Amino acid sequence: MILAVAPLLVPLATALLCTVSYGSPRLQSRFSIAGALALLITAIILVIEVSSNHVVSLTAGNWPLPYGIEVVVDRLGVALTLIAALMLTISLLWQNSDADPAPTSGFFHPLIHGLVAGSCAAFITADLFNLYVWFEVALICALGLLAQGGGLKHFDATLKYFVLNLVGTLLLLAAIALTYAATGHLNFANLRLAVQQVDPAVMLPITGLLLIAFLVKAAAFPFFAWLPASYHTLPAPSLAVFSALLSKIGICALVRMLSGTFHPPSYLLMTLLAGIALLSMVIGVLGAAYHWDIRRILAFHSISQVGYMLLAIALSSRQGDAATIFFAVHHSLVKAGLFLCGALIFCMAGHYDLRRIGGLYAARPFLSVIFLLFALSLVGIPPLTGFWGKYLIIRECLIQGQYLWAGVALSVGGLTFYSMLKIWKEAFWKPHPDATWSPTKEKKLAPAYAGICTLLFVVLWLGLYPEPLLVFVNDAAMTIRGGIP
Amino acid sequence: MSWAVILALGTVITAGIYLALSRDLFRCLIGLALLGNGINLMLFTSGRLNSLSPPIIPAGDTVLGATANPLAQALVLTAIVISFAMLCFSLILAIRIVQENRSDDTIALREAEPHSNDPLKPIIEDEP
Repeated sequence: MILAVAPLLVPLATALLCTVSYGSPRLQSRFSIAGALALLITAIILVIEVSSNHVVSLTAGNWPLPYGIEVVVDRLGVALTLIAALMLTISLLWQNSDADPAPTSGFFHPLIHGLVAGSCAAFITADLFNLYVWFEVALICALGLLAQGGGLKHFDATLKYFVLNLVGTLLLLAAIALTYAATGHLNFANLRLAVQQVDPAVMLPITGLLLIAFLVKAAAFPFFAWLPASYHTLPAPSLAVFSALLSKIGICALVRMLSGTFHPPSYLLMTLLAGIALLSMVIGVLGAAYHWDIRRILAFHSISQVGYMLLAIALSSRQGDAATIFFAVHHSLVKAGLFLCGALIFCMAGHYDLRRIGGLYAARPFLSVIFLLFALSLVGIPPLTGFWGKYLIIRECLIQGQYLWAGVALSVGGLTFYSMLKIWKEAFWKPHPDATWSPTKEKKLAPAYAGICTLLFVVLWLGLYPEPLLVFVNDAAMTIRGGIP
Repeated sequence: MSWAVILALGTVITAGIYLALSRDLFRCLIGLALLGNGINLMLFTSGRLNSLSPPIIPAGDTVLGATANPLAQALVLTAIVISFAMLCFSLILAIRIVQENRSDDTIALREAEPHSNDPLKPIIEDEP
């Protein structure tokens, strides 16, 4: 039914309306917020629909498969769409505050809706070439948001983001060409059947190429260089959406490919993926330990967290997939929350570098508590969401007898704790280096606090009552593997 | 026919990778565009090169004979449009970078990342 394509039609239509109303900022921001709320409502309706009806799908033009392009909204797609809608709403709310908003040039609203349209469509499409097209839509909008800053620093970040991501999409396109040549299908369901007929020795390099393309998108070791080169140049509302969505596009595609379409994956590739996952976890967290800029610390943490999700995929079991999806939901919410906390810290204390700030625990205890809850959730302290995510992954590692993997995952958690403590000690406990400093009062921060408290509420709720999400991700993993929950 | 296409594919992709690895900003971007075109050619070839006749069912007939595969052509058309848009964007970006940085050497472009000869402790950027 038509509802299946709503997650991409709503933001695309909003982007169009925002482009048309370019000259009138008031009208544009109204269109924009209305579009975000409409997407949120669509996503909630889809969650209800998918929970009862298994999947919602639509084939373009009613062409029979494999001729039509198919969109299938399953539990994984709808969960990530809901997060995209929530983050978009919070980010647009944030745009009205004084905490590091994006430049008000009229480009922000169309581009961010375009980015969300590209990501949502990539989450729900069931056609490999269509997936490539939506990757490119998300990429070009992300480039626009990066270049919008207008300084040399922003252009440098845009260039690095552009070159590495373009190489990723070109590899994906090459893999698509090879897949089509080998199997004659691009639709996921048809591919799943066609792959069984092809010699595994032919499929191995093709799957490997696809894997590399998605690893570039997911910012895994050694393809992550675009992420720490670009994230810290973004204003807070764009950064929250970037950190919640962009690496998830790669993760979502990887889960669909390795557990669904190209199943069963080869043992060699999965062992390689586990190695990449462990290296991403360690290198990411070490990069975070080196830096002093809050946004750079958090950007490197993203790489480490992507490592956890990849490790869960490499376990190649239904429980592993469920853990990946749970972790992706957790990471989108918590990492965006931490980046937004960083923007509030910047707004109060005047700098993103930890050596130039301090004294916020005494001056702003409420913000301190918000940051602490997000930080402890990222580390994985029970009963917050990070604990459940890591618990699922480490339990599955131990069940499969991979003690080394479990050990690395646990010790990376310790290092994550170290860098969160660094932010806590430097920004909150230490007195401000400038003795005459006092937090500015006349700034408009109510929309920012409203946004971050909503996010914190969702994180606390999912942490204290994880049962519905755990059941949901288990069913999602079963759907991806072709079963019916 | 196939050998000519394979040779062209290999040449274009090799040239693309060689240029993309260059330090020179414009060479790098042209290399990426070439690489993209090489891969577009690959996508076109994925539909097989066995027929030159268009995929149209003649009047009075009901089945399609041996014709070219239209799907690969539709795919490559989409990919060409996208890669052309990306090339345009990248060239404008490169012009702005050269104007601001007064250099087209990518090694000299380290605004967004720590420089290799920075001190061991990261320097404080005074413009957040």
